[in-house]
Amino acid sequence: MIPNSFDYHRATSVDEAIRLMAQHGMDAKLLAGGHSLLPAMKLRLNQPGVLVDIGRLAELRYIKKEGDSLVIGAGATHDDIANSEVARNTLSMLSEAANLIGDVQVRNKGTLGGSLAHADPAADWPAVMIAAHAHIELRGPNGSRTVAADDFFTGFYMTALAEDEIITAIRIPAPPKGTHSSYQKFMQPASRFAIVGCAASVTKDGGVCQKVSVALTGLSDTAFRASNVEAALTGKKLTKENIAAAAQAAGEGVMAMGDHFASEEYRLHLAKVFAKRALMAAAE
Amino acid sequence: MAKKIQVTVNGKAYSHDVDPRTLLVQYLRDVLGLTGTHVGCDTSNCGACTILVDGQAVKSCTLLAVQADGSEVKTIEGMADNGTLHPLQEGFREEHGLQCGFCTPGMIMASADLLERNPNPTEHEIREALEGNFCRCTGYHNIVKSVQYAAKKISKQEKVA
Amino acid sequence: MTNYIGKAVKRVEDKRFITGKGRYTDDIVLPGMTHAYIVRSPYAHARILSVDTSAAEAMEGVVKVFTGKDIAESGINGIPTGWQVNFKNGDTMKEPPHPLLVSDKARYMGDAVAVVIAESREIARDAGDRVEVEYEELPAVADAKKATEAGAPLVHDDAPNNLCFDWELGNPKAEVNEAMSKAHHITTLEFVNQRVIPNAIEPRSAIGHFEESSDKYTLYTTSQNPHLTRLLMCAFVLGIPEHKVRVVAPDVGGGFGSKIFHYAEEALVIWCSQRLKRPVKWTADRSEAFMTDAHGRDHVSKAEMGFDQNGKIVGLRVKTYANLGAYLSTFAPCVPTWLHGTLLQGLYTTPKINVDVTGVFTHTVMVDAYRGAGRPEATYLLERLMDTAALEMKMDPVELRRKNFIPAFDGVTQPGYQTQVALQYDSGNYHGVLDRALEMVGYEKFRKEQEQARKDGKLLGIGFSTYIEACGIAPSAVVGALGARAGLYEVGQVRVQPTGKVSVYTGSHSHGQGHETTFAQVVADRLGIPMDDVEIIHGDSESVAFGMGTYGSRSLAVGGSAIVKSLDKIIEKGAKIAAHKLEASEEDLEFAEGKWTVKGTDKSVGFGDVALTAYVPHNYPAGLEPGLDFSSFYDPANFTYPFGAHVAIVEVDQETGKVRLKRFIAVDDVGNVINPMIVDGQIHGGLAQGIGQALLEGAVYDENGQLINGSYMDYTMPRADDLPSFEIDRQVTPCPHNPLGVKGAGEAGTIGSTPAVVNAVMDALSPFGIKNLEMPLTPERVWRAMNS
Repeated sequence: MIPNSFDYHRATSVDEAIRLMAQHGMDAKLLAGGHSLLPAMKLRLNQPGVLVDIGRLAELRYIKKEGDSLVIGAGATHDDIANSEVARNTLSMLSEAANLIGDVQVRNKGTLGGSLAHADPAADWPAVMIAAHAHIELRGPNGSRTVAADDFFTGFYMTALAEDEIITAIRIPAPPKGTHSSYQKFMQPASRFAIVGCAASVTKDGGVCQKVSVALTGLSDTAFRASNVEAALTGKKLTKENIAAAAQAAGEGVMAMGDHFASEEYRLHLAKVFAKRALMAAAE
Repeated sequence: MAKKIQVTVNGKAYSHDVDPRTLLVQYLRDVLGLTGTHVGCDTSNCGACTILVDGQAVKSCTLLAVQADGSEVKTIEGMADNGTLHPLQEGFREEHGLQCGFCTPGMIMASADLLERNPNPTEHEIREALEGNFCRCTGYHNIVKSVQYAAKKISKQEKVA
Repeated sequence: MTNYIGKAVKRVEDKRFITGKGRYTDDIVLPGMTHAYIVRSPYAHARILSVDTSAAEAMEGVVKVFTGKDIAESGINGIPTGWQVNFKNGDTMKEPPHPLLVSDKARYMGDAVAVVIAESREIARDAGDRVEVEYEELPAVADAKKATEAGAPLVHDDAPNNLCFDWELGNPKAEVNEAMSKAHHITTLEFVNQRVIPNAIEPRSAIGHFEESSDKYTLYTTSQNPHLTRLLMCAFVLGIPEHKVRVVAPDVGGGFGSKIFHYAEEALVIWCSQRLKRPVKWTADRSEAFMTDAHGRDHVSKAEMGFDQNGKIVGLRVKTYANLGAYLSTFAPCVPTWLHGTLLQGLYTTPKINVDVTGVFTHTVMVDAYRGAGRPEATYLLERLMDTAALEMKMDPVELRRKNFIPAFDGVTQPGYQTQVALQYDSGNYHGVLDRALEMVGYEKFRKEQEQARKDGKLLGIGFSTYIEACGIAPSAVVGALGARAGLYEVGQVRVQPTGKVSVYTGSHSHGQGHETTFAQVVADRLGIPMDDVEIIHGDSESVAFGMGTYGSRSLAVGGSAIVKSLDKIIEKGAKIAAHKLEASEEDLEFAEGKWTVKGTDKSVGFGDVALTAYVPHNYPAGLEPGLDFSSFYDPANFTYPFGAHVAIVEVDQETGKVRLKRFIAVDDVGNVINPMIVDGQIHGGLAQGIGQALLEGAVYDENGQLINGSYMDYTMPRADDLPSFEIDRQVTPCPHNPLGVKGAGEAGTIGSTPAVVNAVMDALSPFGIKNLEMPLTPERVWRAMNS
């Protein structure tokens, strides 16, 4: 319940936060909403010496249209996204996923950037961001760079984010006309993280799947794109049968995790079920 | 080490030097003596510590006191207005929405957030909105009724006003 | 209006809880208070090679670190158990010592090794990380049945095969075997009634305060029965004089059994305070609560029920292995034996029953009473057998029950029902509750819907449970003969103040049950005074003479009866004073609505007048003592026997195996009801816990004895969106042997609901030929069963 002692700095700008992180090096952690970090610190699973608080930075908390893209500041909370018209209108899976994270209290404080940086293998956002073809904007002492969501999640709680970098924004390209999306989740009943979550977006033209994007979370050490499902459905008529057949490829060849809630085998089964459900919902 | 914070709690301004690792719930309980906010877990699940920070329900066990610097905090102790119970407090009493009382402050505060967003929630919406608050006594049955009672009462009050 | 009994009076205690003014143990701050952090074994079984406290003790703000060695050297005893169950051959049960801190070996993950006392909670926590303990990890066993097998690691060297006791009850085995051999059909099921964790939302907490100037000790603790804690702690553990010890259980945030027991931490904070001459507070984190609060259930059973060709039960045979954990908690030996075996008659006329129970030590947290305690385990066996037998014999589960029900009896004009397993039921009408439940559920209509749903590929199921329980524990002489080491009466004192206001002191303890309201209703109603004139005081050994506390749904039946006994004495003495004032004879007076009236006249004297006269006895009956204050001990004549019928309707998602509880109908008969609102609330809460066990909850230990789901991230608690609103109703069959006619409502919901839900899921899955699955019915278990 009681975290270890640490020094606390509240950054007044992203640039200051980057400076502070550089100054304190490995010992420092960024604190945004704190809903991944503080629980770990209370159990002393994580014992940083310095916290740099970026939770107040208005420059990180926004959701807006920029040209054709939707841009979400890393400091936007899950609740901000859940209630954002512009986010919902861009891809409804954004608000669906936001509403399925934790509980109201967690959504009120937890941030998109924090969740992505933490990269919990059972988190919801990674799958949604991959399916949305999002680009993650990072800034560090040497300037800014952008990493595609597909390349961002590199392993178990691991990302392409360098120690001295901050996620500043998430840029989601406008989906083509006729695109609908959905996020479907089988919840771990205690933590309410995903046992399996599937984000899918489908671009439909005359009942045919022009383009499809599918990503899964919860299944293995990191969220990933289900390319084989996409390949199996692209160009096909969006019938129940075709969707179900394509969903069979979900999780193929994946080393699934297992725990007392769901074995490897069951998770792989759920991947198929939830891929189907997400695709069905998106194709409707 | 210690950081100075200024917070308004239930309408009263406070200023204290706190150890950065002090959780907001510890600040409320140990420093301000506001023990109506409870701690029921250490993994941010149970919701017994739910309070309003700048109008939103948060788990005060998952917020450092320093993070609340400059904020407006409302706890269960601040819900009644000059001795008049808040409709939620009244609802929990009228509908027997509490037994041991330990989860109750958090339940009431989480419900306050709900009714602020959705003044007329369905049973399903109430149950979903309270998924972050555990109660081991009531089976939630009467908690749902308590929130419905409050929703009705608030909408009546607003009509009159 | 002083007519309160049977009214849904709003709760008196709510005012403080809804305004944040409740006073729970962790809210209490004493001057000069220190904070304790307990260093616990991360291993389920390990030899403690060394404990180095020097780094911790060198930290600024650390007052002292005590280890198991300090405890051992002090010569105090360990934590006792309150019930003795011997081996069948007469040998005394194994009762290994349970020291406050261990020095030789840790026997479960969480066993206490050292305690750090510091100026703040933070420093104590930090210093706890600096206590260096060297362990040699040893093989562990967590499963009760495996623990009895040859070669299993021993929890205690002097308990061979990890056996604590073996025990049987009912008809001789030979008689039961004989009956079973003639059965037309035998239904056999093997069960794991899984270990569940009570999880009162308030974690346990204790403050020990020794005052050297007066040689007095005060313990504030999260207890369901402060007097019992005081007795056990003073007489058995610390050897300190009871009259110098005050135990206060202030507001307590739920118990469900887990706060009945005397825990090591309670004695430890007193012991530390005595050493340090300062108050010492310990409050569990939830993680600590998961691994130190006594758990519940954990039975492995094989049960066989025999039927004749008409579906009449001819016999029942049960073998149970009960996991007791690493040490014996306060009521541990009683739960799987006298609270389980005795309930195997159920509502049925089963002529021959034998139950055989083996109590086993394992390298796990202590197991003891959890809401229902033994009775849910018995009910689960019976009610699962009934629905399974109906399926096997192609009978309707409702009809099978009806065929076997004990006929209605009121216990007044008709005698009680003598079971094969030692109990005599007080009164019952079992068809009545079932009929009402069927009416509420719309049984025939549901069966049609179910048929249609199956055609549409939907899996709907209905499950029944008709249960009985034994509450209001119980006559002291009887429980004494069965191994209880304490009496199980209750104490109620009624002190009428000179102004006619009434203070009531009860040994029952309210931690959610609403005694401050229900008891006040009884008192105000009987005395004919306003409820506002009555105050209920509980939870403090200094103000309440004595008490046995709250558990086993006993508060109103036993504690309430003690108060009624005192009220009778008040009214009787009041009549003497009134007669004197009215210059009438006592026999000519009647007492109603708060006054004594000379029959057939308008001459009367009020309760307040009589009270004042009792304390200002200037004009007073000769020979009568002044004052109006009586205390009574009520020792019940029998258990009480609430019963009911529960029905669950579920839908199973065939793709995922996820079960959704669609409806839950409960018709309970808890005898007379004082406050229907509170009784309904008790039922609701009980249902949620029983449903939780069926679908969500269960402790998971790995093969090394590690509790792998010891947090709310991993242990599934029922949440608001996991449950429907409940449909409940009531039947009233008064208890014939206590003055209020009440039976008890605290555990009914939990006892009845679990098998109803599991039966419903089995019904939904019956097209797959599935008959039995282990709880909790997690999606994966159900999915696997459908796909195997």
